[in-house]
Amino acid sequence: MHRGSRDRSSAAEELKVIAPSKLAIEDVSKSFQSASGTVLALDRVSLNVAEGEFICLVGASGCGKTTLLNIIAGLEKPDSGTVLADGKPVTGPGRERLVMFQEPALFPWLNVFGNVLFGLKLKPNLTNKDRRDVAKYYLELVGLSRFERANIHELSGGMKQRVSLARALAPNPRLLLMDEPFAALDALTREQLYGDIQEIWKARRKTIVFVTHNVREAACLGDRVLLFSPHPGRVQEEFTVELPRPRDINSVDLAAHATRITKALKRAGQTEAVARK
Amino acid sequence: MKRFLLAAGFFAVLLLLWDAAFRAKIWSPVLLPSPWQVAEYLKHAATDGTLAEATLITMRRLLIGYFIGLIVGLPLGLLTARWKLFRDTIGTMALGLQTLPSVCWVPLALLWFGQTEAAMLFVVVMGTLWSVVIATETGVRNVPPIYRRAALTMGSKRLHMWFKVILPAALPFIVSGMKQGWAFAWRSLMAAEIFVTILTGFGLGQLLHYGRELSAMDQVIAIMLVIVVIGLLADKIFFSPIEKFLHHRWGTSQA
Repeated sequence: MHRGSRDRSSAAEELKVIAPSKLAIEDVSKSFQSASGTVLALDRVSLNVAEGEFICLVGASGCGKTTLLNIIAGLEKPDSGTVLADGKPVTGPGRERLVMFQEPALFPWLNVFGNVLFGLKLKPNLTNKDRRDVAKYYLELVGLSRFERANIHELSGGMKQRVSLARALAPNPRLLLMDEPFAALDALTREQLYGDIQEIWKARRKTIVFVTHNVREAACLGDRVLLFSPHPGRVQEEFTVELPRPRDINSVDLAAHATRITKALKRAGQTEAVARK
Repeated sequence: MKRFLLAAGFFAVLLLLWDAAFRAKIWSPVLLPSPWQVAEYLKHAATDGTLAEATLITMRRLLIGYFIGLIVGLPLGLLTARWKLFRDTIGTMALGLQTLPSVCWVPLALLWFGQTEAAMLFVVVMGTLWSVVIATETGVRNVPPIYRRAALTMGSKRLHMWFKVILPAALPFIVSGMKQGWAFAWRSLMAAEIFVTILTGFGLGQLLHYGRELSAMDQVIAIMLVIVVIGLLADKIFFSPIEKFLHHRWGTSQA
């Protein structure tokens, strides 16, 4: 009979914490050894991301955008330069900065609920009931409450990515890193998710770094779009997208922005081709 | 129900054929007893307690040896998967010894331990251990790196990573290794019991052996049947449910 109010309020408090990160990347370089010699994946990249900002990194494949994301996540170490998350240097992975991968990295030995609960169980100072309540909240947020008990292989591609999103959101990270999360989905599912992610971003106020090679997607989601050029990986140009939200991927205004970015992207390809000659 | 009837029909036909062969007197009744003689022996052995005692002794040897094999094999498999040094040494040794038919351990066990329970145990452990080591190592090394990375970002590390991510991810491999280890242990124990007469207890293998000594074919066939049934039961009661669960979770079953 004594349970209840206190437990419930701590889950509610956990959900009330909304604290987006700010990110400062300074002079980050990273190179890899490949069969054809050393490849400079990132060449003194610097950028700042404000609290609660949604930025998109666009570029051709191999331009180092995923490498930068991994470095921010702490999964890879830069050769030089620093990444500061809220003023503190990033030295390794941590639950303040969660990643949503291109392939849904969901655990097949757990059901949907178990997957969303995974990160929460590693978060201290919560009771198990709080954890379950929080997991339920996020499953509802991505519209999959009915599939709590489903096995991962029973879900469609789009549902899997929704679960991944819920799993990444559940420990309440301050920064969400998304690595082409919608690239493998069909167009219809993708459009739905564009709407959802904007709503969730508004509701939970995360700082989001979103990697994609789809210019339209970037223009639809980002406050800012950073264009990466490959060999060596650099930030070539920066675009601010000032359109009201929620944005529709098919709107004409958005198409204008996308065209502008695509032109720049093509220029980047040409300069590279010239440089190679 | 239909499946059950079909299976029952199949075994009934098998029995009838056996009975017909006995009645046709192609072979001497000493070499081929009738199904009823075998049933008679089973009834007799079941009522005077011989069968229960032998089964109990055999199962005890098997289970103790098997669990020792598992308890030693799992960590060894994890070590070989984690560190190159262990892979080059223990891993290579496990690979080599796994190819050795487990019956081959019997002569060595006899010379080392004499006619004792220790010899039996040793043979069973050797039968189990190496399959488990290799399956665990293969399982761990086949865990997609993305699981590790995802878990890392959520704050999982060290023991938590091993117990909550790597081991569960490797489970399908580990279970098939456990199953193989069980089969090897069972075979090697039977070989050991047939070869080694020890006074601390008569197992099923020994009953089989004495059946041959006494030319009691009904006993030989009856004990063989018991051994087959135990193997089937172990599979149906222990391994099948686990495999079913894994197939269900991972989505790897066809039927």
